Amino acid sequence: MAYIQYEGVGITAMSAAVPKRVIKNREYTEVFSAQEANDIVEKTGIEERRFSDAETCSSDLCFAAAEKLIADNNINREEIDLLVFISQTPDYRMPATSCTLQHRLGLPNSTIAFDITLGCSAFMYGLSVVYGMMERSGLRKALLLDGETRSKVYSPRDRRSAFLFGDGGVAALIERDPKFGKSTFSMNSDGSRADLIMIPAGGYRKMSSADTVVEKVIDEYGNMRSEEQGYMRGGDVFNFVIREIPCDIKNTVAYAGKEMDSFDYVVFHQANNFINGYIAKKMKLNTEKIPSTIAKFGNTSSVSVPLTIVSELQGKLDGKKELLLTAFGVGMTWATGVVPFVDCKISDLVEVEHGKAV
Amino acid sequence: MEKFIELFAEALEREGEIKMEDEFRNYDEWSSIAYLSVIAMMDEEYDVQIEEAEFKKLRTVQAVYDACTNK
Repeated sequence: MAYIQYEGVGITAMSAAVPKRVIKNREYTEVFSAQEANDIVEKTGIEERRFSDAETCSSDLCFAAAEKLIADNNINREEIDLLVFISQTPDYRMPATSCTLQHRLGLPNSTIAFDITLGCSAFMYGLSVVYGMMERSGLRKALLLDGETRSKVYSPRDRRSAFLFGDGGVAALIERDPKFGKSTFSMNSDGSRADLIMIPAGGYRKMSSADTVVEKVIDEYGNMRSEEQGYMRGGDVFNFVIREIPCDIKNTVAYAGKEMDSFDYVVFHQANNFINGYIAKKMKLNTEKIPSTIAKFGNTSSVSVPLTIVSELQGKLDGKKELLLTAFGVGMTWATGVVPFVDCKISDLVEVEHGKAV
Repeated sequence: MEKFIELFAEALEREGEIKMEDEFRNYDEWSSIAYLSVIAMMDEEYDVQIEEAEFKKLRTVQAVYDACTNK
């Protein structure tokens, strides 16, 4: 396990945006029966998700969130020296979406802007990169944007993923201030499990062709998808998670010199209730300290941790609070953060339709 | 073994009889969700983690029982 610590940097404000369109899983029965949909909801706890329309990308969700953040906190755009955009559903294969957002947000050309391509654990990776840069002298304010439109990734005809994923975008303002004290992150990777969650075609290993967009039956359950749609080997992901995550959490908490009981909130990647409930039970965690958006937003990949903070902890982060953040997924990568929040201002959730805030 | 059958039935949410020689994939209750419940049960009760490729080779209830008990 690789640990890294930062001093005197933290998130001072957060906002989030989700598509206006609500998908109710129990009524998501175009392909599968109501009985099957109900069984999946009972098991996963995912009642609803938000799906983007054709005009809405991850960047639009992040743009709406960032505009809200800037307006609510009277941020001078000229002072934003760093913009990092996290996503695996960017607007284009090139250029980097962060560059288009620098322009759309009216940030100066002196802004450092780049993308981080990583899955579910990426918010902690993003925080770590931004904290590292902000800890040095020079940069005034940083914007960390994290957006996903996983609704566009998975086949509606593959029951192993059709009911799980949703869309969202967040914005976090990161500044230097001694009041934050120390943050600790653990970040890990295991490429031997790269094939557990994957979109096999459409990159440069297996480029797009007429064949890669054809939906095919892929297993004994009759699930269908193309090679340009994502798949997930749920059983192996589950095994991976129960083997690695409780251990990573314990070790990181110990490294940071904390106790499990000392956290105000524990925010998990919102995979589904089956996995999250199992980890909480196995680690004997106090579920009152574990906010959840699984029921209303489903799994939004890397957005799920910060989206849960914005959605569930608004008004609860006054004064100094210690949060434990932990996430795992595609890569495989997994990460845990011991992150202090001090008077973090959280904006109201924004809804987006046709690429614009409504 | 009785305890195992009880746990296996619980994971599958199966009311009907379970015999060791049954091919569990033929049960009405078998599904990709039931599969997740079974491997959760294997981890929780027997501390056994089994890869999907390995699990696919198991055909009978007996085979799952053996995987749980022959670590």
